[in-house]
Order: sequence, then C-alpha cells, then structure tokens
Amino acid sequence: MTPTPAAQPPKCMAPHRSTAPAGNDGFWQLLRAEWTKFRTVRGWVVGLILAGLLTTGVALLSHSECGSQDGSSAPVTGGPACTRPLGPGGEAVTDSFYFAHQRLGSLASVTVRVTSLTGSSLQPWSKAGIIIKASDTPGSAYAAMMITGSHGVRMQWDFTGDAAGLAGPVSAAAPRWLRLTRSGDTVTGYDSADGTHWSQVGTVRLPGLPSVTLGGLFAASPDYSAPASQSLGSGSGTGGPTQATAAFDHVGLTGASGAGAWTGTAVGGGSGGPLGYHRSEGGLEVSGSGDIAPVAPSGANSVAQTQIGTFAGLIAMIVVAAMFITAEYRRGLIRVTLTASPKRHWILAAKAVVIAVAAFVVGLPAAVLALLISEPRARSRGIFIDPVSALTEVRVLAGTALLLAVAAVLALALGAVLRRGAATVTAVIAVIVLPYFFASPLAVLPAGAADWLLRLTPAAGFAIQQPYPAYPQVTASYTPQQGYYPLAPWAGFAVLCAWAALALGLAMYLLRRRDA
Amino acid sequence: MSVLRDSLRDSLRDSLRAEWVKARTLAGTGWLLLAAVVLTVAVGAAVSAAVSCPAGNCAEDPAKISLTGIYLGQAVVAVLAVLMISSEYSSGMIRVTLAAMPRRTAVLAAKAVVVTGLALAGGTVAVLGSVLAGRSLLAGHGIDPAHGYPSLSMADGPVLRAAFGSVLYLALVALLSLGIACAVRDSAAAIGIVLGLLYLFPIMGALLGGSLGRHLQQIGPMTAGLAIQATAGLRGLPIGPWAGLGVLAAWAAAAVLAGALVLALRDA
Repeated sequence: MTPTPAAQPPKCMAPHRSTAPAGNDGFWQLLRAEWTKFRTVRGWVVGLILAGLLTTGVALLSHSECGSQDGSSAPVTGGPACTRPLGPGGEAVTDSFYFAHQRLGSLASVTVRVTSLTGSSLQPWSKAGIIIKASDTPGSAYAAMMITGSHGVRMQWDFTGDAAGLAGPVSAAAPRWLRLTRSGDTVTGYDSADGTHWSQVGTVRLPGLPSVTLGGLFAASPDYSAPASQSLGSGSGTGGPTQATAAFDHVGLTGASGAGAWTGTAVGGGSGGPLGYHRSEGGLEVSGSGDIAPVAPSGANSVAQTQIGTFAGLIAMIVVAAMFITAEYRRGLIRVTLTASPKRHWILAAKAVVIAVAAFVVGLPAAVLALLISEPRARSRGIFIDPVSALTEVRVLAGTALLLAVAAVLALALGAVLRRGAATVTAVIAVIVLPYFFASPLAVLPAGAADWLLRLTPAAGFAIQQPYPAYPQVTASYTPQQGYYPLAPWAGFAVLCAWAALALGLAMYLLRRRDA
Repeated sequence: MSVLRDSLRDSLRDSLRAEWVKARTLAGTGWLLLAAVVLTVAVGAAVSAAVSCPAGNCAEDPAKISLTGIYLGQAVVAVLAVLMISSEYSSGMIRVTLAAMPRRTAVLAAKAVVVTGLALAGGTVAVLGSVLAGRSLLAGHGIDPAHGYPSLSMADGPVLRAAFGSVLYLALVALLSLGIACAVRDSAAAIGIVLGLLYLFPIMGALLGGSLGRHLQQIGPMTAGLAIQATAGLRGLPIGPWAGLGVLAAWAAAAVLAGALVLALRDA
C-alpha cells in the first residue's frame, strides 16, 4: 500500500478530436434523416401506397346508368342526366320554356305589362316575361326581363347573368312593366311600375347575336322537388314538373321583321300540364314549364364524383402520418432523434415537410388517375359529365392531393401533442371526417348548424373539391353530398390549413417544453 | 387434482380475472368509458335540442334523434377495445401475458368478455342518459305524443328495442375493434381500420346513391347495425333492425376469428 511516487506529473491527455470536418446539421440534413426513416419502414410505405390506391379505387365503384335511378322506389327526381345543352359560356344549362315569338331585327324593342303570374305549385324561381333570344335552339344566347315567383323583377342573360329589378310580387293592382331594347350586340332591360317612369335594370353585350333574332313572351317554371328525410338513405325525394301562367297586355314590339303574327314554340321540349299561349281580352296569356338557368350538377354528373375515394385515402394517410411521430415515442427513438439534432422544432418541421410532400406526390397521381379512369367509364354508360374549366379541374385534382397533404401535417402535429397512435388517429378522423359525416350523410342537424360545422372544423377543407359554383338564381340541393360546401373552395381549404398550422405550432411549443 | 385445475374452465376463469385486473387498474379504461358516456349523451342532447319541427309534421324519429350520440360515442368505445390488446403489443406486456397464460384463445376470449362487459356497462349508462335527455328536450320542440309522435318511453316496444339494441351495438363494435386490433396489433392502424369500416360505408353509400349505395348501407357494420335505432319508417330502411344488428354481429365474429387466428399462429 505504498503510494506510488509521483516522479512526473501525469501527462495531460487531450480528448480525441476527429480531423474530419464537422457534419452539416442544417435543415437539409434533417430532411434527409426523416426521409430515410420514412422510406425504410415498410408499413408506412405500404400505408402511403394504400392511401393512393384507395383514393383511385373507390371512385371506380360508381356504376350508375344515365336516366335511371336504379333500385330506389319512386324515381321522381330521375337519375344522372344523359345529355344537356351547353350555354354560350360552355356551362351545362336547362333551356326549356314556352316561347311566343316574332322575328326581330338588330334594332328592336319589346315592351309589355304583366298583371299576374299564377300556376300549379308556383316555385320561387318560376319566371315569365319578355326575352330576346338568338334562336329557339336550347342553349343559344339570350337576354330577358321577367317577373318571378318570389324574387321580384329580374333581368337575366346567357343563363348565368342575373340582376334584380323591382321587388315584390306582381298582381292586377301592382302590375309590372318590362322592356328590352336591342341595339346591335347590346341589350338593355328596363322595368316600371306604371309604364311612364322607367328605370334601367341592366345592360349586357351578347357577342355574336345574329341580326335576326326571336323576341317575345315566355313562361317557365322549374321542377319542384322536396327531398324527404335524407338520413342515411332512408326515404327518397318527391317532386315533379310545375307550370306557370302569366297574363300580359300592352304588348308593343318595334323592329319586328315579320308580319306581326305570333308563333308558339315549346323550346327544349315541353312537359307537365297545358303549355301554350292564347289571346285574352286586351292581351296574351302564356303558360310554360321548365327553366332557363344554369344546371347545378350533382351526383354522377359531377366531376366531384370521381374524387369520392378521398375519404378512404384520407383515413389511410392519417394513420401513416400519426405513426410517423407516435412510433418514435413508442420505441424511444425520439430520444435518439433529439440527441442527434437538438433543434427540436426543426425536427417537426422536417417531418411535416416529408409527410406532406409524400402525401401530395402520391395523392396527385391518384386523383388524376381516378378522373382519367372513371370519367370515360361514366361516359361509356351514357352519363353526361358536366363540363368544368381546365383551371377548375386542376384545382379539384390538386385539391385532393392537398387535402391528403395538409391532413397528414395535422395528424403529425396532433401526434406530437398526444404521443399516442390510437388517440391521434381517432382525434384527427373525428375532426376531419366526422363533421362531414354529421353534416352530410347523417343529416340530423338543421341546415344552419350543419353549415357551421363545415365552416369551422377542419372538414371545411373539402370545399376545395367543389367543382361547380352554386347559383343563387337556381333552386337546387346545394349539399356536401352533391358536391357543394358553405365556404368558397380556397376559403375552406384555408380553414383546414389554419387548423394544421395551429396544431403544428402547439406541437413545436410542447416539444420544446416537455421532456421526451 | 392438478389435472383438473388445468382444465379449460379454470384457465378461462384465471385469464378472465387477470384481464379484469389489467383493465380495472389502468387509468385509461375509466377515462375512456367516461368519455364515451359523456360524448354520447352530449351529442344526443345537442341534436335533440337543435332539431326543430314547428309544423309538427316532419318525419322525425324521436328515439333515433335522442340516440344520435352513439355515432360519436362508438369511436371512443372502439379506442377502448383497440387499446385492450394493442397497448400490450406496444409495451411488450403481451409476452408476459402469453407466458403466464399460454392458452392464447383463452386470453382473447377473456379480453372479449371483459371488453364486452365494459361496453355493455358504459353503453347502458350512455343510452339511458341519452333517452332521458332526449325526452325532455324533444318535448320542448313539439316532438311528443301530444303532436302525434310516439312517446320516448322505455315501456314502448320499439323504443325499448332501439335503446337495448344500441347497447348491444356498442358491445359488438367493441368486439369488432378488439378482433381487428388483435389481428393488426398496431393501435394506430387498428383504430384507422375500425373507424374506416364504420364511417366510410355511410359516406360512400350516400355519395354513390342508387342500388349500390343501398347495398353498401346493407353491408356496412355501422349503417346496418344502427338500423336497430329506427322506430319509424321501417319500410324505407335498407335493412331491418334485427337483421342489421346481425350483419354487425357477423362483422364482429369475423374480426374476432381473424384476431384469434393471428394470435394463435403468429409470434407475439
């Protein structure tokens, strides 16, 4: 036990330092690390591919035939349309009404007094009035002044245009005077309560209006439809054609090129009750059925039908994205990850980028493929797919991929907050899919509450897939089930993005505050 | 004798007791059951309060409205059932369980009994709460016997069937979830599959419409199973109440069978 003599002070050993340059710990390096983790877990890659396959595959289930509402009782509202006329703007339209007309030149005017609008189950958008139309071919250009069932006097043109005139219903005590004047391509509409004081309702250019057009009186009344309780497929809607009759007097035409005789045409075919015109004391009565309006496409006619696989793809994507972070907590890998790169919020950012890009890259081809396969399949069964602009089509398809990507980020962020796989997946499905489910197929909530559910929750993001605008002048079932949402497409998507950003912010904050 | 003690009955009883102790002593079990009850009653009450029928002639089904909360509550029950087995896989506990109780089928059977009991207990409380809340709220909106609607009373045959059936429904959803979780093992994947099976059928059925949509609602575990809640308009339903619950029972049986096979054949 003799102490060793300290002949020399112990040699001081410097710790070994590698001569290799320090590794890059930038964001790029983190991205690479996270991407390597993602692509080397077989289950996650399988899940990602499954999300794509489901997005494409479920759309292929659709097999309805045009014209028939297969299976359900009382096919009153009809199945998907087989064909539809297209308006001057290229959109699908309904153009069916009764038309009492004369030939008009390029400098012309039509003036009339309307004293009543009656009919069997008159609709809010039953309409009658005066119209100048390029021809009696459905879908041709037009401008019209009209009285409506409950929206006062309107000027409408080329199907999508709509301007309000005098309010209030028409009656013998409160008649409405309407006037249309044409000068070249320009048509101007006026209304008046007394026939002396006129006010302009609107003026429109109808490019390419032929020099000889048809002008005269018309009446139309859209189909009535009352969807019954739509709760989970029990019950079907009722409805049918309606018919409107308007009484006109003080009819004055200038610029007529014919002999002044009226000709009656049921434009677009006629159905539902007595159609036609007849002279009454001092004027004309016109009865018509149908509508002059853009179509609100729904069901199998809608491009949205090709993207219904999104729901299934979304659930698979949510599972993968949740696992991408919760598996690290379960296995304890998160401690290695945090040791390797102590910039904690950058880890989450890198994970978010990896999962979002992966979801988008798989989602976009899946969405395009769903459209490319199911659209020709629907056409081959005779179904008319209502046209959309190329830009809208790109937005709908990219929307599917963006939905997957942002939902994946939301799942990742919630996963970092909750740290449990089952809880995360349930929470994300509960905030994205369930609001849609409660608002649309379940349909137990009143319409107002259902709309708010789709404005405030992350489910608002589905709005980005809405292919067609909702027209205020067309009564239709504007429900999520038909492809319509209460928010505008990008506004709805912004709501989803805001939720994802909020969750990511919370996750970054908690990751820095909590022990792993 | 020791041979007798090793009999199947004893091993079932032992594993049952073991599973019950595990379920009882986990904090999560109680919280999840509570969440299922609270969410079911809250959603049912909210929908009952929101529904309005001023004219008194809408085709509403009081029992179904007051039990709407099941649509959300079942998700929590599913989580509870999934975690019964997948949490053992994630923590490695399953190896201890199987070492202690080598009869694997008995382990799954015991878990099934425990989770069914929990779902039945929680479901009974949730359904009774929903019906009580619905009765007082709906009467305030003109949906009561005075306006020609069936009364929301347990003495009424269809209402009793809807309420009792909803409890059974929750138990079957729990079994379905347990079976899938046993087959898949990972909790996130299992709950994703369960919720997908439950909610995708009605969404797709509504979007596709027509006869295909109707078929999807006939075979979907949730759409078929919850036909048990209908007390009005039975003729318009895609599937009858008890037949519908039978469809869900078939799903649950298939899932449990798949789970049992995987458990028996695969290493834990």
